[in-house]
Amino acid sequence: MIPSTFEYHRPDDLAAVIALLQEHGDEARVVAGGHSLIPMMKLRMADPAHLIDLQGLSDLKGIEIGDVIRIGAMTTQAEIIDHDGLAEAAPIMAEAARQIADPQVRNLGTVGGNIANGDPGNDMPGLMQCLDARFTLVGPDGTREVAARDFYEAAYVTTREEEEVLTAVSFDRPRGGYAYEKQKRKIGDYATAAAAVQIVAEGGRVSAASVAMTNLSDVPVFSAAAGAALEGTACGEEAVQAAVAAMLGDIDPMEDNRGPVEFKKHVAGVILARAIVRAWSRA
Amino acid sequence: MSDKMHLKLTVNGEAHETLAEPRELLIHVLREQLGITGPHIGCETSHCGACTVDMGGKSVKACTVFAAQAQGAEITTVEGLGAPDGLHVLQEMFREHHGLQCGFCTPGMITRAWRLLQDNPSPTEEEVRFGMSGNLCRCTGYQNIVKAILAAADQMNAMKEAAE
Ligand SMILES: Cc1cc2nc3c(=O)[nH]c(=O)nc-3n(C[C@H](O)[C@H](O)[C@H](O)COP(=O)(O)OP(=O)(O)OC[C@H]3O[C@@H](n4cnc5c(N)ncnc54)[C@H](O)[C@@H]3O)c2cc1C
Ligand code: FES
Ligand code: FES
Repeated sequence: MIPSTFEYHRPDDLAAVIALLQEHGDEARVVAGGHSLIPMMKLRMADPAHLIDLQGLSDLKGIEIGDVIRIGAMTTQAEIIDHDGLAEAAPIMAEAARQIADPQVRNLGTVGGNIANGDPGNDMPGLMQCLDARFTLVGPDGTREVAARDFYEAAYVTTREEEEVLTAVSFDRPRGGYAYEKQKRKIGDYATAAAAVQIVAEGGRVSAASVAMTNLSDVPVFSAAAGAALEGTACGEEAVQAAVAAMLGDIDPMEDNRGPVEFKKHVAGVILARAIVRAWSRA
Repeated sequence: MSDKMHLKLTVNGEAHETLAEPRELLIHVLREQLGITGPHIGCETSHCGACTVDMGGKSVKACTVFAAQAQGAEITTVEGLGAPDGLHVLQEMFREHHGLQCGFCTPGMITRAWRLLQDNPSPTEEEVRFGMSGNLCRCTGYQNIVKAILAAADQMNAMKEAAE
């Protein structure tokens, strides 16, 4: 499992990273934790001639907690799990991160890499749909923000330009109850189906709900219809089933080694129902 | 061929210098160039954890780190934890509780368990299972590995108390 040769760069500021990306164009790739990219390079499904390591950019690390939560792209999944402030402000982040891969992978795998990668199997993109996050991209023309819900176009295709670096993700402090529920074949596996749910309760009824699904289409799926099916209800069995039916209209799973389409739809329904019940119990 | 780079690593407290292509994997540099063969290669696809080493105070899979990324890193392998004439408590407990059969996964298990107990000296059984979930074993069924780690935690805590 030997990747093709590449030239290795470890710049220590963002300007240098962008200059390298401009110089080498599609011959260059940035590497964060490497836990999606290196496996692809071993299989020679990726063969960048220039590998630009972001580990020297300490500015891209860190978690800021306020009314808006901001997470630097190079923050690892393990750091998400260990952060007390984040556990209080947005507990769904750690609940999801604990279900990604395994401890060794989470020690190197980053939030930014998980989001920028564009693999439909990654868990953070779906979660970012649920939280209505914004992604900060910095390129030769400056800084721009893209809504998570506008970021993913197809498997491994995002609106990020080749010369742009994802520097941070931010989202408003989530309200209400939460759940990240994931069905996988074994620990450390990508999702057969996963659901991210936030529910706000007022006077015994759902006043707002946000629902997103992972690995059930070639992009993460934000299901506005599923959220709408819950709003105004007391979140009983009927409302849950209405939300599941609405969600099933928004996903488009493909048959693969995790099962045929019918099975995936079944699992998606079970997982979403569980996530809604758990989120409601915490709302 | 890309140029070789001059790689500096500290492994088990000892400074090493070697030449490596950036694309070489850390596990290959450790095993083939430095002769540190404790960490094994099980899958080479980031799944089994046999190649686990401690890098910068964190458990990582050395088959999924390029040599170039490890430039300047401090690394601990199973060789740095104990020696045949002075086993680490974890190694003693793996022996006592039959935490191994063929032994192929054991260096990775012990190196990972060592870091787990540094981070969390008194884990519950569930925390041990969660913390060890990146290491696969084809032989033991895990029960005795978990037992060995919990027993080692107790002993290490008792030793710490006695020293205080
Ligand atoms: C055994 C195993 C199991 C796994 N299981 C799961 C799982 O269950 N769920 C899950 O979500 N993931 C899983 N992963 C993937 C893991 O979470 C990766 O770490 C993650 O997908 C990518 O993060 P990274 O930091 O490693 O990115 P890298 O691999 O370094 O990069 C991935 C891609 O994103 C690009 N990129 C990275 N950072 C940036 C940036 N800041 N700006 C622009 N582009 C960037 C890179 O160029 C590359 O194309 C698993 C991986 C392994 C090895
Ligand atoms: S050899 Fe590295 S995880 Fe299996
Ligand atoms: S003892 Fe044989 S693989 Fe674990």
